[in-house]
Amino acid sequence: MSYTAWILLTAALVGLSCGMIGVLLILRRMAMMADAISHTVLLGIVVAFLVTRELSGYHMLIGAVIAGLLTSVLIQWLQSRGVQGEASIGVVFTTLFAVGVILIATQVGNAHLDVKHALMGEITFVPWTTVRLPWIGDIPEATLILSAVLLIVVVAIIAFYKEWKITSFDPALAASLGIPVIVMHYAFMSLLSITTVAAFDAVGAIMVVAMLITPAAAAYLWTDRLSVMFGLSGGFGVGSAVAGYYIASWLDTSISGSMAFATGVVFLLSFLMSPKHGLISRYVTVPARKKATSER
Amino acid sequence: MQGLAVTDLSASYRKNNVLEDVSFELPQGSLTGIVGPNGAGKSTLLKTMLELHPKLSGTVTFAGAPLSKMRRKIGYVPQRGSVDWDFPTDALDVVLMGLYGAVGWLKRPKAGHRQQALQALAQMGMADYADRQISQLSGGQQQRVFLARALVQDAELYFMDEPLAGVDAATEQAIMTTLRELKGRGKSVMVVHHDLQTVEDYFDHVLLLNRRVMNYGETAEIFTKDNVYRTYGAGLRWRKEVPS
Ligand SMILES: Nc1ncnc2c1ncn2[C@@H]1O[C@H](COP(=O)(O)OP(=O)(O)O)[C@@H](O)[C@H]1O
Ligand SMILES: [Mg+2]
Repeated sequence: MSYTAWILLTAALVGLSCGMIGVLLILRRMAMMADAISHTVLLGIVVAFLVTRELSGYHMLIGAVIAGLLTSVLIQWLQSRGVQGEASIGVVFTTLFAVGVILIATQVGNAHLDVKHALMGEITFVPWTTVRLPWIGDIPEATLILSAVLLIVVVAIIAFYKEWKITSFDPALAASLGIPVIVMHYAFMSLLSITTVAAFDAVGAIMVVAMLITPAAAAYLWTDRLSVMFGLSGGFGVGSAVAGYYIASWLDTSISGSMAFATGVVFLLSFLMSPKHGLISRYVTVPARKKATSER
Repeated sequence: MQGLAVTDLSASYRKNNVLEDVSFELPQGSLTGIVGPNGAGKSTLLKTMLELHPKLSGTVTFAGAPLSKMRRKIGYVPQRGSVDWDFPTDALDVVLMGLYGAVGWLKRPKAGHRQQALQALAQMGMADYADRQISQLSGGQQQRVFLARALVQDAELYFMDEPLAGVDAATEQAIMTTLRELKGRGKSVMVVHHDLQTVEDYFDHVLLLNRRVMNYGETAEIFTKDNVYRTYGAGLRWRKEVPS
């Protein structure tokens, strides 16, 4: 495959996995967590590197999951001690992120890790680091990891679909039915962590937040069905990622920035045009709505 | 028959004690109103009995068995405001959630489950709204959906948090009919209730709660002006006709 094809495939995988995880993020009202995880995962990667002296994808994923779980445990703990919700998120992730940055600066030298790369990502480098697979041949490592993560995410969402739904909508009822709400919470944080770190290479820590939140927030405006929301959000993610690539090559600018920009455009269009909450539908369909209201 | 027995139940939010040594017993097949001022710990009592909120001490049993051993026999209706009604789902789907325990892990609800859920919706007068997005329902209709969800759980013991708050008169009657029917089938129902005017009409037992149990027992005996005043403290405007 050509470089462009690999880059587009990688971008699409980022869009799809972030879009699907983003749905749960939005519905569980944990958008702030995306911000937190995207930063603390850096610490996980650095520590994984310091321990193993290797920077393979597999080590990074484990480091990311541990960092993600540590983040959510610390946040939960601070909240249980009476620290206000968003403040505890802010305190934990900035602190862990700072530790990561200090470790990079003092311990890692400039080996393979630099902060700018981790923050901004560089999808054009993706096709350069390949691994050889039986039957398939050479494949960029980042693309392979993203495919594996997407598979895990999709299987987890489908297998536990109704459990995700009930623990997101009504955790109290879920717990009273004996569904392990806490376990589901940490399972979700793990999925979020691996998705984030897998998307790192392509889009970096800052833009991954846009990929996680914006397509899902846009999809939320279009539908009343959870399954449709997953499909739309994944589709918006892929569309934004691919469009972002072309915008970037057209304007000769940052690819990850253009992808985030494209998600913003999708959201803006949804905000204006969606039938459910859109500004335009509010003016066009007022009579119909009034009728529905008076029937109640 | 021995019903719900709560002994020395205490709970707190951090250092703030919300329930102190709550003890009471209610017979099986009773329809009980939990009455007390705002912040009295009524919701916390339900959550603590269900172990949704950690208890500091105490035991809760039903028919002699610890409540934690019989989750499938307990139906819980949270306060309506505790969930996000903009969630992308419809009325039928919400009712189906009551069956998730019965459906089991890794399985999807089957046609039979949907049938059950539709029946429960019909019983609450909501048959025509099965595929309505839940944000498109009125407050009373949302509460009916919650009640339908409790019905499909087919529990022995129900905990309901303010099911009559902010609903229209027709819904209030529909819900009370359902609660009486549950009682008629021998189910035990505990309902957090805020309207002092209707306590005597609706409930055969009351639990007067203000962090501690002020009184509990049969409504006719317990629900007196003195007891209610003691529960609410000063500032309560009592209604015109006063029970003896
Ligand atoms: N999640 C919470 N964190 C801290 N305090 C709480 C929380 N929930 C309730 N409380 C406090 O506990 C007390 C009892 O609350 P609650 O059980 O909701 O009372 P009620 O349902 O009788 O109005 C109140 O003072 C309330 O402020
Ligand atoms: Mg309450």
